[in-house]
Amino acid sequence: MAMASTSPIVSITNVSKRFGASGSNGQTNALSRVSLDIAPGEFISLLGPSGCGKSTLLRLVADLIEPSDGQISVKGKTPRQARLDREYGIVFQSPVLYEWRNVLHNVELPLEVMRFPAAERDRRAREMLELVGLKDFERHYPWQLSGGMQQRVSIARALSFKPAILLMDEPFGALDEMTRERMNTELLNIWSQTDTTVIFVTHSIAEAVFLSSRVVVMTPRPGRIEKVVTIDLPRPRNFETREQPHFFELVTAVREGLREV
Amino acid sequence: MADSRLLELEATEAEGEARRQAQRGPSLLRRGLALGGLVVGIVVVWEVVKVAFAITDFNLPHIYAIPLAFLKPLAGTGQPMGLYLLDQTQYTVYEALAGFVMGGLAGFALGVVFAHSALLERGCLPYVVASQTVPILAVAPMVVIWLGRGFFSIALIASYLTFFPVVINTLRGLLSVEPAALELMQSYAATRREILFKLRMPASLPYLFTALKISVTASIIGALIAEMTGSQRGLGWNLVYFAQYYNSDPPNLWAAILLSGVLGLLAYGAIVLAERRAVRWQTRVD
Repeated sequence: MAMASTSPIVSITNVSKRFGASGSNGQTNALSRVSLDIAPGEFISLLGPSGCGKSTLLRLVADLIEPSDGQISVKGKTPRQARLDREYGIVFQSPVLYEWRNVLHNVELPLEVMRFPAAERDRRAREMLELVGLKDFERHYPWQLSGGMQQRVSIARALSFKPAILLMDEPFGALDEMTRERMNTELLNIWSQTDTTVIFVTHSIAEAVFLSSRVVVMTPRPGRIEKVVTIDLPRPRNFETREQPHFFELVTAVREGLREV
Repeated sequence: MADSRLLELEATEAEGEARRQAQRGPSLLRRGLALGGLVVGIVVVWEVVKVAFAITDFNLPHIYAIPLAFLKPLAGTGQPMGLYLLDQTQYTVYEALAGFVMGGLAGFALGVVFAHSALLERGCLPYVVASQTVPILAVAPMVVIWLGRGFFSIALIASYLTFFPVVINTLRGLLSVEPAALELMQSYAATRREILFKLRMPASLPYLFTALKISVTASIIGALIAEMTGSQRGLGWNLVYFAQYYNSDPPNLWAAILLSGVLGLLAYGAIVLAERRAVRWQTRVD
């Protein structure tokens, strides 16, 4: 990869992940010898059909699971150490808000765990809610919000402690197309105001192309990287971006990557 | 009337109604009317059955004789029977409350331990379950033999019934946490303690209150039964006493039964109120 000039923030080398008892034929190869370097500040999408290992790869980086083979290094550390150093903000497909906490206190949750002083927690949580456009919903409880709003709370929560890396596992997969496109634009806005590196799992080609600096196309059985497409669309990107001929060229390039199986 | 299942059934319906009310906003008038209707219905059915089956006053007194029994002076004291019985009920309330607190705390603590150790859960939970197959009527005399009569023995017997639902539901509640909510905590490098206090415990509250609603009536039943062997005072002891002297004054027993039923309902109501304060986020019922 052409990332030699800056040292990568995440470096994945020959990583494999097998699930199930070893040696038995019930074992599945979720990932097979995957290598990828991610530069600081990049927006990387992992794209592919179900079973291609894209979520597995994300969870390996997050140290929620451990690789069967190979090495992952995050800011020169093991994923475990990076997790203990609170380098990761995670956004799941479901917002995973704690229903007994209102919006403000949900955003404060990681800050509480990380022992931020109360005043600082409050300040940061409000700042983040403003960033995601939910300033007026601080006292609302999760069930009072729409799915899109809940997911924005979840993003505010993930960014509240300013992690170096934002890991997003199909965060907009449960939203309708219109909401999803709006959230895509908002996410880019938020991202441009932080210096976070994003790893974004999706199965939407348009979403991946619109958001990313590079799209990592993955294919299943066993999960591996088929090709990496650099997205050189100018930023800031907006609704017009989706109508440019070059956008369609890139979508086509990515789609062909998926077909080459 | 003092049958715990009946109490629970009534209480569950009352709770469902209360939730619906909470959604629509309170309507005290409607609730008052419903309660009045229920009372009138019971009175009518009672008297109709009595007449239809020609039941003697000895077997089933007129329903109005029961409230009157509270007003009649008690033989030997001159005090109204109702005041005497309320005074006696105080003992039962304190015993049941002590049992409820002891059993509840022990049950919750054990639930927390089991939630953190699958080994202990597998090793000990079967014994906890087995302990509940020994009927309380058999346990109560043993406790009295070991620890003597008195407040603590009775509270301990009451706690025996309280404890079990709390263990089971606390465990279920603590383990009800969805995997992603747990992974979120892991991504913050949260300690087990933080996960327990900030995630598992709040998530278990609705389960805990379900247990407490069962336990609180069970603790009263436990105290009543314990008093029958372990005491010479309290509502339970008086139930036995009035049953023995039923010949001379049947409504007295009915009055004591009514009072124990009311006691159970009040205790249940107290838990429902506490639940509404503690589990406020659950206004959604869909």
